Amino acid sequence: MSTPQKIVNNFTIKIATINGTGSQSANNILFKTLVRMGIPTSAKNLFPSNIQGLPTWFYIRTNPKGYQSMKRHSEVLIAVNPASMGQDLAEVHPGDVVIYDETTLNIGTPKENVTYYPVPLTKIAKNTFDTPRLRSLLTNTLYVGVMAEIFGLDKNILRSVIEDSFKKKQKAIDVNLKAIDLGIQYAKEHLPKKDPYSYEKIKNAKPQIVIEGNAATALGCIMGGCTVDAWYPITPASSLNEAMDSYGQRLRTDPETKKKKIAVIQVEDELCAIGAAIGAGWMGARAMTASSGPGISLMSEFLGLAYYAEVPVVIVNVQRVGPSTGMPTRTQQADILKCAFASHGDNRHILLFPATVKEAFELGAKSFDIADRLQTPVIVMTDLELGMNYWASEPFNYLKGPFDRGKVLTLKDLENIKSFGRYADIDKDGIPYRTLPGTPHPLAAYFTRGTGHTEIAGYSEDPTVYRTNMLRLEKKFHTAPQYLPKPIVLGDAKAKIGIISAGTNDHAIQEALDDLKIKKTSLKYLRVLAYPFHKEVKDFIKTCDKVIVIDHNRDSQLATLIKLQFCDIAPKIFPIAYSDGLPLDPDFISHKIEEAIAHG
Amino acid sequence: MADMTNRSGFSKQDYQGPPSTLCKGCGHDSITSCIINACYEMGLPPHKLAKLSGIGCSSKSITYLLSHSHGFNAVHGRMPSLATGAEAANHTLKYIGVSGDGDSANIGIGQFMHAVRRNTDMLYIIENNGTYGLTKGQFSATADFHAQSHYGDVNEYQPLDLVQLAIELGAPFVARSFAGDKTQLTSLIKAGLAHKGCAILDVISPCVTFNNHETSTKSYPYVKEHDIPLHELGFVPSFEEITVDYKPGEATEIMLHDGSKLILKKLHNEYDPADRMNALNVLEKGFKEQKIITGLIYYKKDAKPHHELLNLVDVPLRDLTEKDLIPTKEEFDALMKELL
Repeated sequence: MSTPQKIVNNFTIKIATINGTGSQSANNILFKTLVRMGIPTSAKNLFPSNIQGLPTWFYIRTNPKGYQSMKRHSEVLIAVNPASMGQDLAEVHPGDVVIYDETTLNIGTPKENVTYYPVPLTKIAKNTFDTPRLRSLLTNTLYVGVMAEIFGLDKNILRSVIEDSFKKKQKAIDVNLKAIDLGIQYAKEHLPKKDPYSYEKIKNAKPQIVIEGNAATALGCIMGGCTVDAWYPITPASSLNEAMDSYGQRLRTDPETKKKKIAVIQVEDELCAIGAAIGAGWMGARAMTASSGPGISLMSEFLGLAYYAEVPVVIVNVQRVGPSTGMPTRTQQADILKCAFASHGDNRHILLFPATVKEAFELGAKSFDIADRLQTPVIVMTDLELGMNYWASEPFNYLKGPFDRGKVLTLKDLENIKSFGRYADIDKDGIPYRTLPGTPHPLAAYFTRGTGHTEIAGYSEDPTVYRTNMLRLEKKFHTAPQYLPKPIVLGDAKAKIGIISAGTNDHAIQEALDDLKIKKTSLKYLRVLAYPFHKEVKDFIKTCDKVIVIDHNRDSQLATLIKLQFCDIAPKIFPIAYSDGLPLDPDFISHKIEEAIAHG
Repeated sequence: MADMTNRSGFSKQDYQGPPSTLCKGCGHDSITSCIINACYEMGLPPHKLAKLSGIGCSSKSITYLLSHSHGFNAVHGRMPSLATGAEAANHTLKYIGVSGDGDSANIGIGQFMHAVRRNTDMLYIIENNGTYGLTKGQFSATADFHAQSHYGDVNEYQPLDLVQLAIELGAPFVARSFAGDKTQLTSLIKAGLAHKGCAILDVISPCVTFNNHETSTKSYPYVKEHDIPLHELGFVPSFEEITVDYKPGEATEIMLHDGSKLILKKLHNEYDPADRMNALNVLEKGFKEQKIITGLIYYKKDAKPHHELLNLVDVPLRDLTEKDLIPTKEEFDALMKELL
């Protein structure tokens, strides 16, 4: 076998482990080491809805272009889970590399043209560490050590990552460093390099942060001035609320009194979560809740109240796979239509679609300005892929405010006016003025209700009053786009075929577009960041002969929403909808786009 | 005297609302007038009060009072969640939640229980008539076992007692009264408003249209006949000297958070509202003897209201500004650096 050509920083490693054995921490150490080496890296954690015992896969992809999507094929397999071994080995192609725990795995007949590195991981751990817990945990760190040697991780960086990861826990640092050294040593002594894959540090690369998507959204909400977060545990949104709590401890605690400038309240269910957020929003606080599909379904009745009574509130929907309980630990964007129209009667809600941790941070903060300005629910539509994975990103920009608190009449304002009508359209933009409870002025009080109401918030069943109010709410919706983030347009401005999508689909689409560019396919691409859609979306569609809308669901929900808003140009829209619970595959998308173009 | 004002300079009118649209003689309207009187007499500025409710006849009733206070009519059974959020956002207002038996004991039983568990800082009034009025006379969860509806249907389910439940859940202030007993009710409303934390006040409030017949335990004649007040109540606001006539040993005095006092003049027997087991026994005995026990049934000192459990700063969260809320550039940069 001739020595194959070196492949540097351009391959994917799949680590097949068992849920609950501590592999997550070893995998994150590996991920962070690559990021600190300056290599563009992305990580995807594919985990079961289970605490301990089921197969988990962690994918670490490096590539010079910095693609963040999940490739279906991995060149390197780290196999430590006997339960998933059969499936894992079946996916190994010629040219691939397999590092496996030879103590626990019998891999059978080796495949041709596959490089195998057997390592007695369990045996080494058993001989080195005292307790079963340590042995199990450090088996994972051992393979990181082996990989460091085989693929050339920077060992000093690796050690620094371990030291930072177990801050102040010297014993943990010591045993992990020992496990790393044992892995390195074993590989040096027993595993001569036979494969072409390696990592090389990139000089002068810009430093990148590593942050979980949910934490990024939470940090944005903190910067945006959120003071009340009421929530109920649900995968994949819990870690967002937990991050609100921990950022609150760190960033919103009075240093002297130790009292808090934020209330993060775990309540009894999602009905209470949204109710408390609305109660706080009505009172004038920047309030939120974060949940996922089943929780958002429960919140629907209250969302209609907030829409009709015009109460600002932020809801983060970290979407997971439905219908029903679905696949709680898998990703999808199938709540788009539900969230756009949640609740009975005529409702329309503001949606925001972040694609990256940076956008999750920025839109998390901005969502409160939008909610206050428009006095309505704003739903931040992230998903499990964004929310529950760790991502490398350029550091976030400091957001110094000021907040847009919207149309709130203060005592001073009230002293200068003769009358106040809570739902009067003074500015003809559909957005009324509100007062906050506690304002000491006889004009301030009004009655907030979910029943039909007049401009002065009185009960009404009058047909004209009802219709006028509903039309004003519609007008407010038309006013909305000027306060919402504009779509991002990329690609060849002269192209006649357009692509539209939203959220995390961006990662697979950008890669697919590069692939198609090589094939000389001329395309332009618009990514919406908000609903209702801006006029720019319509203009984009108008300049195209055909617009392919890519959805991460079965029913082409984004395409449907675009068609609903721009029904006159709906025939130009060609939907591609796909969802199987995994992040979209760039190869599949590029193939589907080619098919759609050929479709005529 | 039309110009008469309370100590805060507000007239009675400042606490009133538009005319009620409930049925003539509805117990809820009596409760409404007691709330108005209590707030007026205590001299609470209307803008420092907020009224919250769910859905139903009872919940509608907050429209007819305190028109100079902000109000929020929520969805069915979810008033306590609004109060939870509002309290977190601003703990300096007095919250009056008005709910009904359907709103709290049926659809909203979960929120009722958890609001108690969190010790949400509010006066939580249940206008209890054992029936769904707005939807025309169906049984609620507080309807008597084997009660007969307006249409002759028989209730086969056991009733649920919110007072007993609230005591079991650890509510620090649990009382029951009767819409027809304005003196007792007004005192209890005042005490509930002066109390810091969740004050549960279940008020038997006859539904004159659907549930005021002779056999109903929630009718005017029945309650008048079977009401057993535990004590005669006197409420002395913080700004008044105690002038109520009582002899030491015959009364218990409860000091409320704002310095007001609730004086319980003993009637038939020794009754200590701090004794939880005894409170439950007295209620149980009452059921057996078909008596309705009214008064302050249970009181626990020093239970921290929710906003104190949350350890919030003194300034209401909703009044905090960018300066208070946005971490400094240094704090932010330090965080970014840690994430590298």
